[in-house]
Amino acid sequence: MAKMAGKQMFVEALKREGVQVIFGYPGGAIIDLYDALDQDGTIKHILVRHEQGAAHAADGYARASGRVGVCLATSGPGATNTVTGIATAYMDSVPIVVFTGQVPTALIGNDAFQEVDIVGITRPCTKHNYLVKDVKDLPRVIKSAFYIARTGRPGPVLVDIPKDVQNAKAEFNYDEEIKLRSYNPVLDPHIKQIEKAYHLFEHCKRPILYVGGGAVISGAHEEVRELAELIHAPVAMTLMGLGAFPGTHPLNIGMLGMHGTYCANMTMANSDLILAIGARFDDRVTGKVDAFAPHAKIIHIDVDPTSIQKNVKVDIPIVGDCRKALQKLIKVIADNGRPTETWKEIFSPWWEQIHAWEKRHPLGYKKDPNVIKPQFVIETLYGMTKGRAIITTEVGQNQMWTAQFYKFDSPRSILSSGGLGTMGYGLPAAIGAQMAFPDRLVIDIAGDGSIQMNIQELATAMEQRLPIKIVILNNRFLGMVRQWQELFYDRRYVATDFTFTPDFVKIAEAYGATGLRATRPDEVEDVLKKGLETPGLVIMEFVIAREEGVFPMVPAGKATTEMLLV
Amino acid sequence: MKHTLSVLVENNPGALSRIAGLFSGRGFNIESLCVAATLDPTLSHLTLTTSGDDLIIEQIIKQLNRLVDVYKVVDVTEEGAYVEREMALIKVKAEAETRAEILRMCDIFRCKVVDVSPRTYTVEVTGPKTKIDAVVELLKPIGIKEIAKTGVIAMSREKKSL
Repeated sequence: MAKMAGKQMFVEALKREGVQVIFGYPGGAIIDLYDALDQDGTIKHILVRHEQGAAHAADGYARASGRVGVCLATSGPGATNTVTGIATAYMDSVPIVVFTGQVPTALIGNDAFQEVDIVGITRPCTKHNYLVKDVKDLPRVIKSAFYIARTGRPGPVLVDIPKDVQNAKAEFNYDEEIKLRSYNPVLDPHIKQIEKAYHLFEHCKRPILYVGGGAVISGAHEEVRELAELIHAPVAMTLMGLGAFPGTHPLNIGMLGMHGTYCANMTMANSDLILAIGARFDDRVTGKVDAFAPHAKIIHIDVDPTSIQKNVKVDIPIVGDCRKALQKLIKVIADNGRPTETWKEIFSPWWEQIHAWEKRHPLGYKKDPNVIKPQFVIETLYGMTKGRAIITTEVGQNQMWTAQFYKFDSPRSILSSGGLGTMGYGLPAAIGAQMAFPDRLVIDIAGDGSIQMNIQELATAMEQRLPIKIVILNNRFLGMVRQWQELFYDRRYVATDFTFTPDFVKIAEAYGATGLRATRPDEVEDVLKKGLETPGLVIMEFVIAREEGVFPMVPAGKATTEMLLV
Repeated sequence: MKHTLSVLVENNPGALSRIAGLFSGRGFNIESLCVAATLDPTLSHLTLTTSGDDLIIEQIIKQLNRLVDVYKVVDVTEEGAYVEREMALIKVKAEAETRAEILRMCDIFRCKVVDVSPRTYTVEVTGPKTKIDAVVELLKPIGIKEIAKTGVIAMSREKKSL
């Protein structure tokens, strides 16, 4: 076999993994890989303006497409700039592979120029990571990195490649099957556990399906729907689970948790059986754990055993892929012959109660003819797009209003930083999503705070001619923190009032994009319409009610039944 | 409750720090940690003692198993009978009047004197933690100048093996 340089192995391996696009930023320690990418010419490289943007873009690409996202950064500051993006992907189980350049092996440990122990730094926020010290290991490491990133509970993997390894030569063998004796994720759930779970359904009166991001990742949306319809059970979703079950479906009772619907939280709290599907009982969902669903038996399906029994005690743990587990459960239920009509009848008192909760406190807001309400913007946007868009969000109030007032009917149509809550995620993620789906409508819903955290990526989007639409809900506040200050800190708005805010329309224009602004409610529809119709990148700024809050809200540390309502 | 875990882990750079980092990052405590390669040089055997209630120990074991480098985790305290050893080197003040006393104690506890100087004995003691603690307590009044302990190594008895 002919020998190949590390940099060529890198390109060849990426091609074998089916990588079509990578996001990155060059530097001295990665320049050789860039050169090799250019020499080969088959993989498209998107030049971002900050390495954090590269990691988020790779993440957005992965979330939208279900494929592994790839990003590239140089050593030292380039590598550390990716950390927030890596941690974001780690918390939400997104498969990305991050390649970083490293100083030559002879200099490692010498505090060389732009040297940092990125493998050490990212150890707690990657699924796994590698420092490649010998070019002979490179093909096997890259292949393992992709394999680990996308299998089991997906996650980010970092591969650190010293400059001399990029140039050293060895044989390239990529055909060997990857077998990692210490890494064997369990995908097939145990049938005994499924049968036990079914048994609980047979005896329950007040069930709820609690659907999380794992259902989206495993592609279980059809199975969730089939199961819900088969037994006529209510479905509540987490932020990460939105789209795993149609938001417009009559069995959907909305998002649950801190800013979930009154109905979803009450249903969960009063249920006698919870089927958790790829959801991890995050503290934003359970509220005060001691008071969480006191009468419920819990069945928990998760591919990652550590998620089970971490926060709440579980009666039936089912370790495995959500989709496979649901397929088995549906079969067991169907084989045992209780028809849908019977389930409907059994659960009809439960549904009556649920509908009563729904009616008592539906999701809503106080309308105002003089000032733009953010919820109205989202509602109108939903009305115009009808779920055909891929929505990315930033983090904060904009994210929660989107989750509440936009209906997601299909999986992978909302990309949002759930676990880490990373401000500045939305715009680069939109770039990633638009690269994965050039023909789809991609909209970033942002706040004036978040958009400024990675606003430099406007240049990336413009350079790539990406027709992303950005909706900025501008209240000149860090809205979510302000809301906490209003409610729990006697309205002491410390460091949340943006006394200076840039002119976002002019920012759009400065980047060569289109900028539109609405300051009155009667302008909202026109601006949205014009914004969506205008080709290319458009920033639509909505100057909204300054002190609007996100409701309902479960105060931190309280039970989910202790909601603050509108 | 105290638990002793036996962990087989890939002998890769960084594997140990992943394990140690997991404990610090998730707020678990490591009481002692011993590592060395096994007969198979690609695997290391790590004995780790920690404590916590059942839910915490369950999480620790699951989290360890989740690490890509971890091959196997066994809670030897849960597996039934097991043997556990720790070793200590204790440098103790040895004046003319205490030399005989130290040697007598070494004899009773089956310790070995591995180094002698005009003013000190260095004593090697091996056994379960309780025995080591007992020797230390007895030597304290005589005057311990330095002490080095290995931490626990453990193994299930009889046929069970990792």
